Amino acid sequence: MFNQIKEGFFISFNSIIANKLRSFLTTLGIVIGVCSVVLMSTAIKGVDNSFQQGISSLGSDVLYIDKFAWFGNEEFWKMRNRPNITFEDYLKFKSLAKIPIAVAPQAISVRSVKFRDRTAESVFITGSTNDYLETTNFNFKSGRFFNEIESDGGRNVAVLGFDIAENLFPNLDPVGMPVKIGGHTYYVIGVLKKQGSTLLGSFNPDKQVYIPIKSLFQHFGLNWRSITIVVRAPNSQLLEETKIEAEQIMRQIRRLKAYEDANFSINQQEGLTKIYEQTVGVIQIGGLLITGLSLFVGAIGIMNIMFVSVKERTREIGIRKAIGATRRAIMIQFLLEASIISLIGGLIGLLLAIILSYVVNQFIPTSVQISAVVMAILISFITGILSGLAPAYTAAKLDPVESLRYE
Amino acid sequence: MDDKNSVIIEMKNITKTYVVGLEEVHALRGISLTVKKNEYIAVMGPSGSGKSTLMNIIGCLDTPTTGIYYFNGINVSDMDDNQLAKIRNKEIGFVFQTFNLIPRSNAMHNVELPLIYGNVSKHERKERAKQALINVGLGDRINHKPNELSGGQRQRVAIARALVNNPSIILADEPTGNLDSKTGEEIMQLFEELHRKGNTIILVTHEEYIAEHAKRIIRIKDGLIESDEVVKNRNIYSVGV
Ligand SMILES: Nc1ncnc2c1ncn2[C@@H]1O[C@H](COP(=O)(O)OP(=O)(O)OP(=O)(O)O)[C@@H](O)[C@H]1O
Ligand SMILES: [Mg+2]
Repeated sequence: MFNQIKEGFFISFNSIIANKLRSFLTTLGIVIGVCSVVLMSTAIKGVDNSFQQGISSLGSDVLYIDKFAWFGNEEFWKMRNRPNITFEDYLKFKSLAKIPIAVAPQAISVRSVKFRDRTAESVFITGSTNDYLETTNFNFKSGRFFNEIESDGGRNVAVLGFDIAENLFPNLDPVGMPVKIGGHTYYVIGVLKKQGSTLLGSFNPDKQVYIPIKSLFQHFGLNWRSITIVVRAPNSQLLEETKIEAEQIMRQIRRLKAYEDANFSINQQEGLTKIYEQTVGVIQIGGLLITGLSLFVGAIGIMNIMFVSVKERTREIGIRKAIGATRRAIMIQFLLEASIISLIGGLIGLLLAIILSYVVNQFIPTSVQISAVVMAILISFITGILSGLAPAYTAAKLDPVESLRYE
Repeated sequence: MDDKNSVIIEMKNITKTYVVGLEEVHALRGISLTVKKNEYIAVMGPSGSGKSTLMNIIGCLDTPTTGIYYFNGINVSDMDDNQLAKIRNKEIGFVFQTFNLIPRSNAMHNVELPLIYGNVSKHERKERAKQALINVGLGDRINHKPNELSGGQRQRVAIARALVNNPSIILADEPTGNLDSKTGEEIMQLFEELHRKGNTIILVTHEEYIAEHAKRIIRIKDGLIESDEVVKNRNIYSVGV
């Protein structure tokens, strides 16, 4: 048995080497299939890590009271007709809320930020009060957040996200420096440490600038727009209670009757997680489809080439049978050949995936997992065996006399 | 030691019928045959008379349509594929007209093959294959591939392969058919030597002078044995014309 497997390996390598180009072309489907499955799992792992980091910077204990719902099936035009959430709403809310440890307003404007000849375009400028700090988990690289006096006074002070600071001040401490935000001069009073999420895009704190909301209103005139009230619960266990209270307060502020629908939305990170999971699910299904399809094509290719191989070697099979090869021995030989071709394809695919993952790494942090390697090897081996079954069976049950007569 | 007179092959009324489309081809119509140990038999007959068919059945490559076949006292007429493969591996050595070597494997590996399928350990296998090649005079061609060997040398490799398992019988279907007469004669000398060492040999040939190397000639016509006689003047040394 062991001898025969060794013989099978020997024959397989001989025939693969004898038909290098053909074998290589045959493996392409497997190469692509394995490559995509490995890349997929690697990328998802990377996105997942990054998302978890990002989501934790949002905080699992924070509520966002908005005019619009982030997700859900409520119709947009209905929500459009809702009253804006105003700064006065925020003040009332703050005075009424008992449970939250922090309540802050939030308004966003997109502006360019300049320092001397360097510019960061389309930066999310978040306006808030000094209370905002307590709704976040910010750490400071240098400086501090604006205080109550600066906030209430609408001073021209700004806190820079890590990336923005890096960008504008490559080799200088920004604190104390004047920057131009949408043409208005602000003084930098603090720089955040890297929060680390690449996933949230412009919402990533690393890419934002924070200024007092009064300054925002004054310079960028967003008074007429709806703001967000950011509410932080004491901890995530108390989030639900905080939410119920927030709902009551908002209804009270809006003077809603019990039978009336809420004309505001209370959003939370959980919704984001859900959306994220759905998105990843879709990507996964897509990836699985691509992988499945290319593996299927690969399997058909191998099956095809194995049938050709059996045909070409009919006489050889006859000879082997004449000198005592059993059906099983012939079967093993061709199964081995199919799985070796497939395995080679799998290894090429894996190599390709590892190389590509370095490229992808520039955009999404990825790392090839051992489990992906094992999976690649297993998948290609099994594909090989499956696609070799029919040809190997055909070979095994060839009639020796007929095969020997085959020209 | 085996009894000198022990029967290796006993066939009773063997027939073989091929069905081609709607037509039946009666390749063998009722062959009865007994072969004892150390016999040296030549099978002759016109083309299409059924010689190869008979050899394939004797060699357990094919099974008869009807009739009974005892090989070494065991009924093989209704054995399954695997059992027949085992018998071919252990008891039968085939030599073909077209040599039938594995093209990509060297002489050594070709001769090793029956031992691989017989699960002989690597060390013993190498030893025996090498010895078999030396015995047929190819000790210096062990690592040559078939396409690096002459026709006569290829046939010697095939004979070494047939011998390597110490089979009960050697079956050679026109072993000299693809060789010039001088090389053919050399191969016949090799068979002569094997016969003298105690091997049992059946060979098919169209040439009278080749057949006369044997001790017994069986003539077949239309799937039946026409004659079965002992050779009076054996051609042992002379070179055929
Ligand atoms: N697989 C087969 N299918 C159908 N008919 C066959 C098959 N094998 C052999 N025959 C027929 O059986 C008969 C005997 O064939 P066989 O090969 O035994 O002849 P032979 O005596 O060996 O001839 P030759 O001297 O030409 O080799 C022939 O008529 C041949 O056509
Ligand atoms: Mg013939």
